[in-house]
Amino acid sequence: MPATPSQPPEPAAEPGEPVLEVRDLAKLYPLTQGVVFKRQVGAVKAVDGVSFELRRGETLGVVGESGCGKSTLARLLVNLERPTAGEVRYRGEDITKLSGRALKAVRRNIQMVFQDPYTSLNPRMTVGDIIGEPFEIHPEVAPKGDRRRKVQELLDVVGLNPEYINRYPHQFSGGQRQRIGIARGLALNPEIIICDEPVSALDVSVQAQVVNLLARLQEEFALSYLFIAHDLSVVRHISDRVAVMYLGRFAELGTGTEIYDHPTHPYTQALLSAVPVPDPESREGRERILLAGDVPSPANPPSGCRFRTRCWKAEDRCAVEVPPLAVPPAFQAPGGPAAHPSACHFAGAV
Amino acid sequence: MSCAEEQPAVPRLLDVRDLRVEFRTRDGVTEAVSGVSYGVDAGRTLAVLGESGSGKSVTAQAIMGILDSPPAFVTGGRILFQGRDLLELGEEERRRVRGARMAMIFQDALSALNPVVSVGAQLAEMYEVHQGLSRRAARARAVELMDRVRIPAAKERAGDYPHQFSGGMRQRIMIAMALALEPDLIIADEPTTALDVTVQAQVMDLLAELRREYDMGLILITHDLGVVADVADTIVVMYAGRIVETAPVRDLYRRPAHPYTRGLLDSVPRLDGDRGRELYAIKGLPPGPADLPPGCPFTPRCPRAQDICRTERPPLYEVAYGDAAYGDAPAKRTSACHFWKDELDARDAIAAP
Repeated sequence: MPATPSQPPEPAAEPGEPVLEVRDLAKLYPLTQGVVFKRQVGAVKAVDGVSFELRRGETLGVVGESGCGKSTLARLLVNLERPTAGEVRYRGEDITKLSGRALKAVRRNIQMVFQDPYTSLNPRMTVGDIIGEPFEIHPEVAPKGDRRRKVQELLDVVGLNPEYINRYPHQFSGGQRQRIGIARGLALNPEIIICDEPVSALDVSVQAQVVNLLARLQEEFALSYLFIAHDLSVVRHISDRVAVMYLGRFAELGTGTEIYDHPTHPYTQALLSAVPVPDPESREGRERILLAGDVPSPANPPSGCRFRTRCWKAEDRCAVEVPPLAVPPAFQAPGGPAAHPSACHFAGAV
Repeated sequence: MSCAEEQPAVPRLLDVRDLRVEFRTRDGVTEAVSGVSYGVDAGRTLAVLGESGSGKSVTAQAIMGILDSPPAFVTGGRILFQGRDLLELGEEERRRVRGARMAMIFQDALSALNPVVSVGAQLAEMYEVHQGLSRRAARARAVELMDRVRIPAAKERAGDYPHQFSGGMRQRIMIAMALALEPDLIIADEPTTALDVTVQAQVMDLLAELRREYDMGLILITHDLGVVADVADTIVVMYAGRIVETAPVRDLYRRPAHPYTRGLLDSVPRLDGDRGRELYAIKGLPPGPADLPPGCPFTPRCPRAQDICRTERPPLYEVAYGDAAYGDAPAKRTSACHFWKDELDARDAIAAP
């Protein structure tokens, strides 16, 4: 492809090799009281002990309801927020400790596509300036004289007319704007793109276009995606592996088939049963699990298992013991459909 | 049962006929709704499906009589509600219908509720104004109502303000408010779009249950093909200010009679679908009301477009077509596609084993 600019600084990782390793990542936002003498009265545990790895060329989907911490997770991974604890290793280096030039170099390889195509583009900049801005910060990627051509190539890659380079964001529709955001994310030829709800603001018919574009780009540029969304059908479609997040923690992690066809965590089961299916007939055979109540506040999460207050399987044990995210002993024979980590005491007892 | 029936003996609950709405702005006049006809009976659910800009919400606002005029004006058609044409009523009469006989649920509960009045007082106000109840009696009714939509600890929470409730609870309060005067018709405009899936299911279930209990008509406006599959009896699909297809819910999903409907159905990723397969995507973008192509407005995006589509605007054809293979009686459907028959048959070819 024409838009493959300079080589990454180090030899590219092999397919399947982890490019991003996350260990016990946590982010607490302090809650304070008082004006002059601020006292900390608590903390919102937005992300509370998340570990996973993102492999080269794969898409890891993260699903969860609003307030579960999935957007905070995204911001931690691109170092827009500093974590309270834990580490994010990119090529073996903990990027949460980096600053200055070292951080800048790493950021080149981890880019982000935002949810809202209306607020994530500067209305006073032309499309050419928006997509070309990363080159200002990382001039080594594209020398000055070459930038206009690079931007036009990027426009072409995401399916926009390269002649639109001098237009402003308001002259584009939502789907086209999201393409501009994607082109900006691609500009520095990153290895990893963090997509935070990239299609949820789009109309159904346009959503499919953008999902297909993301899939095509992944293949073309061997990108790794962390794909955050609340729409379980879209996540299944695009992801190799899926993590289900609830109140700052992963409840379950596995391949699409493992999560969608053999969920072992009650929350995943409830979430899946609640998804509206665009087919009145398939619906009738399905059992629906209606969860009671809302997600508890992350400032005051339940003890033990976070899901226990809405769980129909909850027992005394769940209030005391935090279930680890591990493969249930009953399914530890490899290759079985349920042999994937699940943070439930009763995951093996289905 | 479905749309446009021949002069029924008992007037339908709501019968919209050939409704037209124009937006008159400094940049010119554009037609946002161009001849829309649909109806709903007591105890039934009609879903109006469409993407942003399709005119689905403008139609609903015209029915409720809450269009922003100017710039929007109803320029034609009739809105028959229990046999009376609402467009002929004066503003005072219209107001008596609104709220008491028909009510609306909005998408964004936080901006639809008054932020500086407690929810109990907002609900009570309905009874004080419309039924002349005393403050005390109205308050009691408000708490009853909050209980009815299953807000936990309703009595204690009646004094809370909208921002103190979660999104799902706020939407329940909206529903309670719409329900307060036991209207005959409820119009819900994207009632669950802002909610999480688990909460979405709770709210849809509540709406369906209340509709049955009070024998109300329900118009559900949405862009989500999944949400309506469960609850609707009849579906109307809108595109660029027009109806492109009307059908009983099962027929529409099983065998759409318009390429746009089929495109929508195919472009939604399925929970049980294959990963890796490219999603079907409708090419291009929906047209704005100012740059509608002549002929069929879907032509530029349509895989089936022929010369006739570019020049001749298709009428809403009657599609008398039940799915005999599934033992259905022929159902009354309509489609605004010159080639609706081909579209139906195409579905056959795919569905055939």
